[in-house]
Amino acid sequence: MKRILLLCAAGAAVAAFPAVAKDAATAEFEKFRDVLEADNPAELFEMKGEELWKTKRGPNNASLEKCDLGLGPGVVKGAYVQMPRYFADVGKVMDAERRIVYCMVSLQGFKAEDIARQPFSSQTHTPDQTAIVTYVAGQSRNMKFAVPMNRPEMRETYEIGKEIAAFRAGPYDFACNSCHGEDGKRIRMQELSNISTHEGASKSVQGWPGYRMTGGVMLTLQWRMTDCFRQQRFPEPKYLSDTITALITYMSANAQGSLYKGPGIKR
Amino acid sequence: MDIRKALPTALACALLGLAVSAQADEPGSQAMAMIKADFKPHGMAGLDRLVEDGVQAVCNRSDNKPPQAIAQRLQQDQLADIKYPADGKLLGDWRAGEKIAQSGNGFTWTDKPGVPAGGNCYNCHQIAPQELSFGSIGPSLYHYGKNFGNKPEVQKYVYDKIYNAKATVLCSTMPRFGHVGALNEQQIKDLVALLLDPASPVNK
Repeated sequence: MKRILLLCAAGAAVAAFPAVAKDAATAEFEKFRDVLEADNPAELFEMKGEELWKTKRGPNNASLEKCDLGLGPGVVKGAYVQMPRYFADVGKVMDAERRIVYCMVSLQGFKAEDIARQPFSSQTHTPDQTAIVTYVAGQSRNMKFAVPMNRPEMRETYEIGKEIAAFRAGPYDFACNSCHGEDGKRIRMQELSNISTHEGASKSVQGWPGYRMTGGVMLTLQWRMTDCFRQQRFPEPKYLSDTITALITYMSANAQGSLYKGPGIKR
Repeated sequence: MDIRKALPTALACALLGLAVSAQADEPGSQAMAMIKADFKPHGMAGLDRLVEDGVQAVCNRSDNKPPQAIAQRLQQDQLADIKYPADGKLLGDWRAGEKIAQSGNGFTWTDKPGVPAGGNCYNCHQIAPQELSFGSIGPSLYHYGKNFGNKPEVQKYVYDKIYNAKATVLCSTMPRFGHVGALNEQQIKDLVALLLDPASPVNK
């Protein structure tokens, strides 16, 4: 991150005042992002995702228009900000990506293990579900997070997520909370959100799925959580695991009520 | 789990008065069961990393605020584990130390085996004033030697802190770089020099 020229330039301009350098660099990036957001590349993935949602595909030659994201079959508007949620048909709490992949498997007949083989975007490949998640997320733009926490299964999952966030292990004794458990901390110049607070959790779920300028790839919140575990020096979470759903539940519930601005742009 | 890890964990849990079986209905144990089921080994990051050692177990069960008596006892164990250079010299080369402090390499599943781990120091600390891209999870170390001098006891304190931060503060956020073999004796000496050598930019 420190190698981004923009940031270095901003940093050099105020070299004598390190504490100010951070704020100036962040402000510069915010400006840059504002310009880009007017023409967000994520929108291309939303369009691709909409097409994938509506097209008959897979071994069953079915579209996803019967997929129930929690608001009834085929209802996409507002569904993203109301997940994770408890889905009685499977008896599980699922986040958006997990539910979409469930629909791809159960309705369209795709194989879960095929989808899990390369689940996240690379510079040469964007998985179908990444585009579909981006489409579904775009259909909740400018809506407030309203995760249905009235279900006991959701409250239980929230508590598990909270516990996992605090779990320290591995060669560096890191937990999620080692970086994301306090206000106002940074790694290098990267500001860290405190996921235990409303404000911090809102920052963490905001902007995902996101178009990442480094590498020019579209990435989902599932990817972000997985990469956090990499940096935590843990082994790799299996794709669409209960652990990640629990953490996303914890963060989304803490972000409850904040405005979701849609798929975003990341450094 | 190997015995070196298992024994302190059992001891630590016993010390805390938490029989592991008594935890079966707690959300904590559901979370632990979930973690056990949900990960796969990748590169150098094996599933053994999910097994807590004694310090991790105590910190995890006590919300990082262990009772004083337990903390002291486990800190003594950690301290006893620290190895010192045979010649007793703790001050290395600050220039080499700066390079180690800059590097964030090591221990992730994308790191290449055999490439030496870095100190990750600037990720969390302000150190030399020339480096503006520094984190704030740990305290600023700028002017460390200027403020605290570089007498043998200060050198030992800094060496111990880098080798095993849990020897002084049991549930410190800082990794145990020497204890886990991320940094060797020479690398730790070089970092001690970065903080304490009067010629180091840290103390200018």
